[in-house]
Amino acid sequence: MNLIVCMKQVPSSNEVRMDPKTKTIIRDAKSAVLNPFDRSALEVAVQLKEQLGGHITALSMGIADTARLLEEAISCGADEAMLLSDRAFAGADTLATSYALSLGVKEIGNYHLILCGKMAVDGDTAQIGPELAETLGIPHITDVTQIVFASEKELIVSRKTDGGRQLVQVTLPALLTVVKEIAQPRLPSISSILRANKTPCTIRNAQNLSADTSRTGLAGSPTQVVKTFTPPPKKAGVRLSTEPAQAAREIAALFEEVK
Amino acid sequence: MISIDSALCRGCGLCVKACAQQALSIENKKALCKESCTLCGICIDACPFGALSFPQKDKAKDLSAYRGIWVVAQCLEGKLLPVSLELVGKARQLADEKHVLLSAVLLSAPSEALAQELIFAGADQVLLLSTAPSQMEEEEELAFRLLAREIAQRKPEIVLFGATLFGRSIAPRLAAHLQTGLTADCTELSIDPQQGLLLQTRPAFGGNLMATIATASARPQMATVRSGIFPLPPKDLSRIGQQVLLPALPKKKTKLHILESHRETGCASIASAPLLVVAGKGIGTKKNMKLVHQFAQLSGAQVGVSRPLVEAGWADYSQQVGQTGFTVRPKLLLSLGVSGAIQHLAGIMGAETIIAVNTDPDAPIFQAADYCIEADCMAVLEELIQIYKI
Repeated sequence: MNLIVCMKQVPSSNEVRMDPKTKTIIRDAKSAVLNPFDRSALEVAVQLKEQLGGHITALSMGIADTARLLEEAISCGADEAMLLSDRAFAGADTLATSYALSLGVKEIGNYHLILCGKMAVDGDTAQIGPELAETLGIPHITDVTQIVFASEKELIVSRKTDGGRQLVQVTLPALLTVVKEIAQPRLPSISSILRANKTPCTIRNAQNLSADTSRTGLAGSPTQVVKTFTPPPKKAGVRLSTEPAQAAREIAALFEEVK
Repeated sequence: MISIDSALCRGCGLCVKACAQQALSIENKKALCKESCTLCGICIDACPFGALSFPQKDKAKDLSAYRGIWVVAQCLEGKLLPVSLELVGKARQLADEKHVLLSAVLLSAPSEALAQELIFAGADQVLLLSTAPSQMEEEEELAFRLLAREIAQRKPEIVLFGATLFGRSIAPRLAAHLQTGLTADCTELSIDPQQGLLLQTRPAFGGNLMATIATASARPQMATVRSGIFPLPPKDLSRIGQQVLLPALPKKKTKLHILESHRETGCASIASAPLLVVAGKGIGTKKNMKLVHQFAQLSGAQVGVSRPLVEAGWADYSQQVGQTGFTVRPKLLLSLGVSGAIQHLAGIMGAETIIAVNTDPDAPIFQAADYCIEADCMAVLEELIQIYKI
């Protein structure tokens, strides 16, 4: 089974600190990590490969530095990696990102299954999976919690729904977005790290992919940020009674107000 | 890359400090932007002189054929989801401001009663299928095909979805199909007074920054909104609306088949709970989780926890609140014995009102709280249970 795993570089959550005075985020670009949801997606791919054989390609769009993280993906079980990196891709919203990723998928070619994390921890939109599937014209299933049956022709998966869960059968090729709990990503072994060092990440720019640059980056993004602002700082909280019975009455009153 | 107006730039370097990508530097006393810029926009906010801006792009398409606002109304077990009604309420205000019709698209088997409910909540017309399979509300593919067909024909200017699992699956698929923009999890929607665009505000970077987003160059403008962000509209029984029957969807071979569908109660996500009790290490022992659940049940709240409790095995990951767990936006959040690590605070910033109980007067949670109670959270919880039992 040929698998493509879409992976995003996100800021390491441990490194997200806030400046208490300016209320702005202090971040260090060096502390970027692979989106944890995508790591779970990679682990699912590795398990499918162990079961059915095949080939795994990790795919990302991002700044050149992302290549380092894709090497980490190789050490965690991907066979190769492709990074789409070009100034023409910068400032992409989800539509332009999914277009660029679709070109990467076509460049890799001959795939059965695309796996994505359910969402990225920084943007939190959960839109890339379904948008990429539609751009490629293949079916998608979101919020997958378990692969129940897998072959190169079809999959049966369990997924979360608003009312509970569903068991869904899909004919391949298809795209899944997976929840983080679906699999515990494995740690790289010494031999896999050595292999990653020897496997350079393939880098493609807009020209390599014959991208229509009116559909990539800022130019291809229908949504645009018109304003960013820090939320107004909270005024100091009201101190309530420190005596438990009185405090409980005050809390109960607040609960009643909401109802 | 970010545009820098060198006439306005004083070379103060505040943008360099704000940049998460290390894309900015000061050269010859002016800011300079490198290729590693991801156009996140943080520096625009950081510049006190207004010297930075997003690069402009041309817009030439004629978008005037698109009119009206749509709300996609989702159902579960034959009932409208609260978020759908909340959206109708908000969209009513937007439609009045723009002087356009508000339509609701009912994603269920045809139901006069549900259509009427949407009209009472504020819809001018309800679009519903004349015939549809009974499991319509479960079928994402049917919903997608119906919306793709009707949006292409009727050309609404704005389409709003609940940010449910269902909405977050079909809305992006539609956005790609229609080649338009979609903004996830908006916490505020308004109409730009000059151009009449939908202004979509959502938290970015874990709620430390708010971003207002507009879809100027494509139609429809689409957004998803989580449950509990907007109030439920009052039911106005005097409202009159039209029901528009849509032709049935032609049969089509599908690559997706739902083999089984299971109801699971109690799986109501903490992300959309209007009332939330969040427990932290300060509750003392695993046994005390029972009391937390007891109070939650009595008060109609859901239970969330801080990360250490999940790591200690006192609660499930599905209950974890914070940057690595769930971002919550309840109307009221009662925080019990949570110290308030920054990652946790990022996850609760969307809460309308926070009550925090902690013995430590310096706990960071108190800086985020609207009401602070310096006391033992278990003592307070026991008193609360007594009050609710009566």
